[in-house]
Amino acid sequence: MVDLASDFVVERPARRDRRLLPLTESFAVRVTLIAIALLFLGVFLILPLVVVFSEALRLGLRAYGAALVEPHTLAAIRLTLLTAIIVVPLNAAFGIAAAWAITKFNFRGKDLLITLIDLPFSVSPVIGGMVFVLLFGLQGVLGPWLATHGIKIVFAIPGIVIATLFVTLPFVARELIPLMQKQGTQQEEAALMLGANGWQVLRRVTLPNVKWSLLYGILLCNGRAIGEFGAVAVVSGHIIGLTNTMPLQVEVLYNDYAFAAAFAVASLLTLMALATLGLKTWLEWRAGALPARTRLH
Amino acid sequence: MRLEVKDLTKHFESTLVLDRINLEIREREFVGLLGPSGSGKTTLLRIFAGLVFPDSGQVLIDGRDALALPFEERQIGFVFQSYALFNHMSVFENVAFGLKVRSRRKRPTKREIEDRVRQLLKLVQLGELESRFPAQLSGGQRQRVALARALAIDPKVLLLDEPFGALDAKVRVELRRSLRDIHDATGLTTVFVTHDQEEALDLADRVAVMNQGCIEQIGTPTQIYEEPQTPFVFDFLGRTNSFDCVIENGHVRLGDKVLAVEPGTPDGPAVAFVRPHDIVLSRAGNAQPTDDARLEKPAVVRFVSALGQRAAVELLYERKLIEAETSREKLTELGLHVGDRCSISLRLPRIYAKADADRTSGAEGQRGMRLRVRRRPRAA
Repeated sequence: MVDLASDFVVERPARRDRRLLPLTESFAVRVTLIAIALLFLGVFLILPLVVVFSEALRLGLRAYGAALVEPHTLAAIRLTLLTAIIVVPLNAAFGIAAAWAITKFNFRGKDLLITLIDLPFSVSPVIGGMVFVLLFGLQGVLGPWLATHGIKIVFAIPGIVIATLFVTLPFVARELIPLMQKQGTQQEEAALMLGANGWQVLRRVTLPNVKWSLLYGILLCNGRAIGEFGAVAVVSGHIIGLTNTMPLQVEVLYNDYAFAAAFAVASLLTLMALATLGLKTWLEWRAGALPARTRLH
Repeated sequence: MRLEVKDLTKHFESTLVLDRINLEIREREFVGLLGPSGSGKTTLLRIFAGLVFPDSGQVLIDGRDALALPFEERQIGFVFQSYALFNHMSVFENVAFGLKVRSRRKRPTKREIEDRVRQLLKLVQLGELESRFPAQLSGGQRQRVALARALAIDPKVLLLDEPFGALDAKVRVELRRSLRDIHDATGLTTVFVTHDQEEALDLADRVAVMNQGCIEQIGTPTQIYEEPQTPFVFDFLGRTNSFDCVIENGHVRLGDKVLAVEPGTPDGPAVAFVRPHDIVLSRAGNAQPTDDARLEKPAVVRFVSALGQRAAVELLYERKLIEAETSREKLTELGLHVGDRCSISLRLPRIYAKADADRTSGAEGQRGMRLRVRRRPRAA
């Protein structure tokens, strides 16, 4: 019994274990499968990561630092963060509102709304960007009106924000809807019966019940908002120092043969992604361990 | 508080769930809404609570139109079937919720809230568990928390949806008693929903039996049990044997007796419903005249089981299964065994028009199933 866990370790000679293990594949098959998986991971995930950082640091730390504080790059970093700061709260609010409406109320067109929320996932981001160019661009539907009022959306920051909003729209709502559907409306009803108003129900009952999923959705939304390339590339116009986000700046630098600088910015994006991954794992662990945590209180 | 509904009708989509319901619940009364699933009892309770709005009809609380009242003015405590406790709050926080969400003007002080919560937890015997979370409680404890939470807002009416549904038998009986005690101690008007006839009859001052969106009968447990006005009520409250008969001129011939039927029952095909313990057995050919209606033909014993003081006898009468219940001594005295012939008499049969009895088709189905359970006769 005590040894049971170690029976599952692959290195162990298979002869004695075969009778005990539910796995009937031979030692060789198991090793091969695991080797293939590791190789795949290595070539397609670990190796690129290593390349990104080694290329970024090829000219030394000093050059790396210099590349990052270069004014245009700094502008790109600022723009990316600004976009994320605007987009993430908006989409979090939208996600909560949509999930709340869909899961706690019955209304006509509910299924259509669910489908529409998923649209940005099924449409190529480039098309998403194109749509806004067609809508707000000079030749677009609203373009002339916007132009006469001096409002610039496409090839300017508002366009980037709108395109990013579009692409990241589903993240929070999609995290919340299944969970809130599962939870039903009884706790909300109980709170109402106890005299709570709508705002109190949301703040004291609904949100605490979904807080881990909400954080998780916000995190995914944030990751995508920072890394979005396709949609933003279409609407940004690539005005260096003005409308270039980090991913676009990487492309510009790379096309200028400034490889080390390109990889330096890329490494920064990668670090953000890794941090997101770490946080996500922590959130998953935290949410999974919730009953255990409650017990400690 | 007095609760009253008038001509209440409710559809869900195209399904009629409540069909012109009229019901009055008096102050301090303890009323059970009893019925099978789909009878509309929970919908009626949720309309009282204000969680569901009727299509038409009135809901009056102390004569005031309740449909226009916001939740905090209805003063209704509601205990949900699955309790709906707030999982992220401790027992204390759960109970305090209704007080803490009040507007600053009406909210008691922190100290007062604490005192009130502790007092309630003591009332439901959960004093020492206030810092636990719902996930750490047993079903019975959760139910008590839900009850305390509902009582915290000082309701005048307490509504409970299947309050004991998810509990095991022993805890259920225990909580039943304590709910009755709390009702008596607080002077609340209490309405609860249940599909368990024993629970309803045991607990309530009055029981309303519901079926297919209508109230079939409302009365005290004794009235309901002893004078079921419709075949549905008779059948829903216990095991039922039915015998076909015909009403002529307000009388029905049943075995060796001619009985007057209740006024208002139309002439024509009818059924006599008899409870198993009202089937009187005697040895065939050993007939002594009694007040009971003795059937001419003998029945054959198919199955006998004796448990404690009671003995259940299954008989075949004219190709139909009859369930009888008698005392163990009586069974020994009769010396009945599987395969024996005996004669049966019907005590207190209740006669209903055949058309009405057929309307309770759901209940018929249940009875059919019961008969099919034991296939192979065993020796006594």
